Amino acid sequence: MLEDLTEKLERSLKKITGQGRLTETNISDTLREIRRVLLDADVNYKVAKQFIEDVKQKALGQEVITSVTPGQLITKIIHDELTKLMGGSNQALLLNPSGITVILMVGLQGSGKTTFSGKLAKHLSKLNRKVLLTACDIYRPAAIEQLKTLGEQINVPVFSIAGEKNAIKIAGDSIEYAKANGFNTVLVDTAGRLHVDEDLMNEVEEIKKKINPSETLFVVDSMTGQDAVNSAKAFHDKVDFSGIVLTKLDGDSRGGCALSIKAVVDEPIKFISLGEKLDSLEVFYPERLASRILGKGDIVSLVEKAQEQFDEKEAEQLEKKLMSNKFDFEDFLGQIKMLKRMGSLKSLMGMVPGMNKAIKNTDIDEKQLVRVESIIQSMTKLERGDPKLLNGSRRKRIANGSGNSIQDVNRLIKQYKEMQNMLKMFNKKGFNKKMNLKNMRLN
Amino acid sequence: MALFDNINLEKLKAGLSKTKNKLVDRISETFTGKAQVDEELLEEIEEILISSDIGMDTTERIIENTRRSLKEKNSRDRDTFMQTLEEELIKILGKPTDLDEEINKIKSCKPFVLLIIGINGSGKTTTIGKLSSQFKNSGYDVIVGSADTFRAAANEQLEVWANRSKVKIIQSKTGADPSSVAFDTLQAAKQDNADIVIIDTAGRLHTKKNLMEELRKINNVLSKVFLYAPNEVYLVVDGNSGQNALIQAREFSKFTHISGLIVTKLDGTAKGGILFQICDELKIPVKFIGVGEGIDDLQPFVPENYVKALFS
Repeated sequence: MLEDLTEKLERSLKKITGQGRLTETNISDTLREIRRVLLDADVNYKVAKQFIEDVKQKALGQEVITSVTPGQLITKIIHDELTKLMGGSNQALLLNPSGITVILMVGLQGSGKTTFSGKLAKHLSKLNRKVLLTACDIYRPAAIEQLKTLGEQINVPVFSIAGEKNAIKIAGDSIEYAKANGFNTVLVDTAGRLHVDEDLMNEVEEIKKKINPSETLFVVDSMTGQDAVNSAKAFHDKVDFSGIVLTKLDGDSRGGCALSIKAVVDEPIKFISLGEKLDSLEVFYPERLASRILGKGDIVSLVEKAQEQFDEKEAEQLEKKLMSNKFDFEDFLGQIKMLKRMGSLKSLMGMVPGMNKAIKNTDIDEKQLVRVESIIQSMTKLERGDPKLLNGSRRKRIANGSGNSIQDVNRLIKQYKEMQNMLKMFNKKGFNKKMNLKNMRLN
Repeated sequence: MALFDNINLEKLKAGLSKTKNKLVDRISETFTGKAQVDEELLEEIEEILISSDIGMDTTERIIENTRRSLKEKNSRDRDTFMQTLEEELIKILGKPTDLDEEINKIKSCKPFVLLIIGINGSGKTTTIGKLSSQFKNSGYDVIVGSADTFRAAANEQLEVWANRSKVKIIQSKTGADPSSVAFDTLQAAKQDNADIVIIDTAGRLHTKKNLMEELRKINNVLSKVFLYAPNEVYLVVDGNSGQNALIQAREFSKFTHISGLIVTKLDGTAKGGILFQICDELKIPVKFIGVGEGIDDLQPFVPENYVKALFS
């Protein structure tokens, strides 16, 4: 469904090539295409319209230079605009260096407030803050237990008052409790509420008045559709939240609601939350979300993830070995381990621009990697370094030792030999003398 | 039969019309002073439909179909247009939920087994609370099974609902195999001679392959105890969702046969328009809609009423 936006735009812009300049007539199809991309990503109708108008103004009259295609030019304008819109300063969480810091979570039901509270508590504990969680959701069954369970998992105490039916009192008391007991950070989790529910909206307003938080965070499901503008605006009018948290971005939603919300309330996006594991909290990068909204994949994350796992020294050594035909099974094993460190192949490839679609239909057999690994691990050090040693009886031993068939072992050795032959060819022909694996880092 | 006899159109209407932005006002505004349907008007309709999360493709098709039908009708006035548009929308949604049919289905198998699935925060457990209460009040013996062994306190949440509606619950321990809880629940139902079993599952994103496989396994385990089980697999979709809900439905369909949708949180200002696309592409009927936090705020789905509530 998502092909690279640039490709899409290239098609509609083909006719412009040679016209020298972007004009209202020659980019109208293109703008419609961009509008479709934004709407498919759940950007609000009105917000998309305004955005397209801005892009048009920026694009008109731009000269089409030969080194850049019109598609690339427009994509860049859009990307820059999106990044600018979603960026902005003041993204770091306001933490008082002395005294008490109170952070209030608000949002609709099921947006992920409680899970996020747990994550933020863990994050702040790591920064050596003394954190207290406050459970103010007196409505949803077992919401307080949920927060308590999370608190236990991360060793953060949870404040609650059994049987108390007044959320405002719980919030207020928790601050007193925190002060009296040496906590310097209080995270107040509240019940999910609909923005049209007057009573509950008044309640959250009262909570805010009572505890005077340094940050009020609006927690929103990244899968939210067109109505995100209405709920965000209503919450902002009522509690004047100071930041946005986008949750469930580990799914494949494009997160266009972030743009809509930014457009109506203009508060910074402070965190993105990926998944239920309590350490899957990330700082927000506007340009990545811009890419995601445009269906371009998250290339930056991919590169970073690869960098994290990619040891420069290892790469250099590998390069030397490849060049001198000394790439043995030991190196092979190292490569497999690196791949595994980088995480699921599928999720990695999903980050590659334009790959989203292709990847859905392919299933990479990660079990195959495990099998190869087990075979190599059943070889002796000597055998790994000198694969020529691998005669029939050794192969049989390896097959038995790793729980694979002799055919599997033979296949791996054959693949290894083919690879060696290929490397030999490369080196002989002399092209690509400097394959330079470091350039694999894509930056 | 008292099943869902609280059908309350007013509540749905109230929910769907809580905002000034409601479809109907805007359509009416759109039409004020205009006798003819022109391009500009169609564009305004497009905005209204897209703003309801119906999606660009489906919106374009609906408008196109409405135009085509209008040509045949040889009339372009407001009423005809609105009527035609409504007809097109209703056509996509298919048949209304037939409670007699549902009741007959329930009577045909003992126990009748429902599996409730969906992504995190869509409202599965709350929906099960409402469903079990409705069934219980209609005189059925209900057992619920808490196969959400992952989320903190999910068990306790379902337990509170079970106590409220006075139905039996089979609990799980955090980290236990959800399939084993599903199995235990069916065994208990067998022993107690229960009429209806409802299995709650952990919220899972459709992009997590291992969790989706787990769903397949739960499904298989149910079939092992009763060959016919599950009788119904309901996908719970948050009415606030945007276009991703269609992808969710598509992906979930690959791992289990979804027999119906339950659209929740329609008491806000979100319109739940994504259900048009799900119905259209995957031919999954909407069975119930959630319009509030109360135990009775679950209603059988009637396309005509839904569309009317959007427009009236």
